[in-house]
Amino acid sequence: MPLHIVVLAKQVTDSEAPASAYSVDATGKRVVLQGSVPFIVNGFDENAVEAALRIKDAAPDRRITVVSAGTEFALDVVKKPVAMGAEALVLLQDGAFQNTIDPLFTVRALAAAIHKLGQVDLVLAGRQASDWDNSQVPLGVAETLGWPVIHVTQRVDVSGATVRAHRVLPDGHEVVEAPLPAVVTVSNELGSPRYPNMRGIMASKRVQPTVWTAADLGVSRPAPALELAAAALPKRTVETELIKGDDDADAGRKLAMRLREARLL
Amino acid sequence: MTDSNAQGVLVVGEIEHGAPSAATLELLAAGRALLRKLPGEHLSAVLAGERAADAAARAIAAGVDIVYTIEADADVASHPDALVAAGLEAAKAASPRIVLGPRTVLGREVLPRLAFRLGTALAQDCTALDLDDQRRLTVTRPIYGGAIQATVTCLSTPSVAAVRPKAYDAEVADSGRAGTVVPLTLDLASTVRARLVERVTRPVEGKRLEDARVIVSGGRGLGGPEPFKKLEELAGLLHGTVGASRAAVDAGWVPAAMQVGLTGKTVTPDVYIAVGISGASQHMAGCGSAKTIVAINKDPNATIFKHAHYGVAGDWQKVLPAFMDQLHELLR
Repeated sequence: MPLHIVVLAKQVTDSEAPASAYSVDATGKRVVLQGSVPFIVNGFDENAVEAALRIKDAAPDRRITVVSAGTEFALDVVKKPVAMGAEALVLLQDGAFQNTIDPLFTVRALAAAIHKLGQVDLVLAGRQASDWDNSQVPLGVAETLGWPVIHVTQRVDVSGATVRAHRVLPDGHEVVEAPLPAVVTVSNELGSPRYPNMRGIMASKRVQPTVWTAADLGVSRPAPALELAAAALPKRTVETELIKGDDDADAGRKLAMRLREARLL
Repeated sequence: MTDSNAQGVLVVGEIEHGAPSAATLELLAAGRALLRKLPGEHLSAVLAGERAADAAARAIAAGVDIVYTIEADADVASHPDALVAAGLEAAKAASPRIVLGPRTVLGREVLPRLAFRLGTALAQDCTALDLDDQRRLTVTRPIYGGAIQATVTCLSTPSVAAVRPKAYDAEVADSGRAGTVVPLTLDLASTVRARLVERVTRPVEGKRLEDARVIVSGGRGLGGPEPFKKLEELAGLLHGTVGASRAAVDAGWVPAAMQVGLTGKTVTPDVYIAVGISGASQHMAGCGSAKTIVAINKDPNATIFKHAHYGVAGDWQKVLPAFMDQLHELLR
């Protein structure tokens, strides 16, 4: 059987939204985004899609299935990985799959979906999602499935029944090998994801996502591990001292004098 | 998941040169602070690696009551698979109510995996820890790239938390303290499934961003790679090092290793000088803990001025040369 790659991709609110777009509702427990902040595919997950496509570029009979869990989806958003070149899209869609800070249920559902897909050789996912920044769902999936994992990588290659990945370190990288099936998470150092071309966009319009509910997957909600007790905008304690001058150069000179006077430099 | 016999705090530590790493020592202090609300309970730690016995003695001096040691080659013990196994073995022996570890390059993989092995999920990237009135671990942590500050309650026993390095200060060691060393027998090498083939290190020029007392960072506003030479010059003058925002890295002006931010490095210098950086929350997540932030930006409404202690709203091409000339004078 040709290699089958599953990419885990999460729909998130645009991470480039300015800090001013965020607020907290009256309960103090729910983060609200004001204005029309669009949905996107989590940036690191797009890097994972790109990693999968590069593996497929090396041998075109390889297959890529994108799996996403949530309560509601913007179809044109979650279809982007298909437009980039993935073959299939599976949506784990259920009111029960609330996007909370507790990753346990999502992990259980994704692991069950991977089982249900049958032959899966490699699971790729972004290193973290830009909403909770939890960086643990793919690791939890690996632990649940009992598969080896390589975390935060900048290059992924498959040869035979082995995955070889470059794990990002502060001063370089490690080349790490694991037997398939395995889970590998991908970081932005991999490089920019490709843009969907017109053919891909047209093809993605014809792809109907497979939708599975919690009941389809036979999963039930585990006892919760984490609860968001409160959310708040970070307190702004900084009083900015704006240095002004006759012109920009003068302001620069005055800044140097002020910092020196404050014994900072 | 609840275990009423669970007690105490277990720190999953890291060894560097035969001693607990700096981030480990900070967590031992964090553990001791929590135990003030848990009278009679113990602080334990697991230390796996080379010269684990030496490291254990240092850990006891730093306030640990019981150290679980596993002797192993440094190459094996620095493998996430091995440290997950070591943490699990120590958790079995200690049955702690709370497990803590540093969110380092190693810890960012080890702690989530250890949490799942223990049947729970991780409180990630904590900047503060406390116990609520039901003695449940409650943590403070940034979410949405630092745009929101969350308080998270851990509902499971054990509760597992990854703590951001430098969130706590290490305590002064007291070599007169007593503690127990419990060697665990575990063949760590046999736990490794993702095999290390080779390590490729790139020589880092100058000081590491993580260690620098002064950082001069450039962003999109610089307009290209050339101005970074000017920043190098300023950093040299201040014995500091140069960083960059994601925009500058994405544009290909500087290598990714220089990136400060959520997806780059988290830095805590005394002085952080941001030049042509707008101050997006994902950038501030990496430098917001700097003691003093200085911003130079053309746009007086840039978000960076909400975080900066000192700022000049002006064109860096005019501000910076004059700033540097004046500094030359002052530092002479």
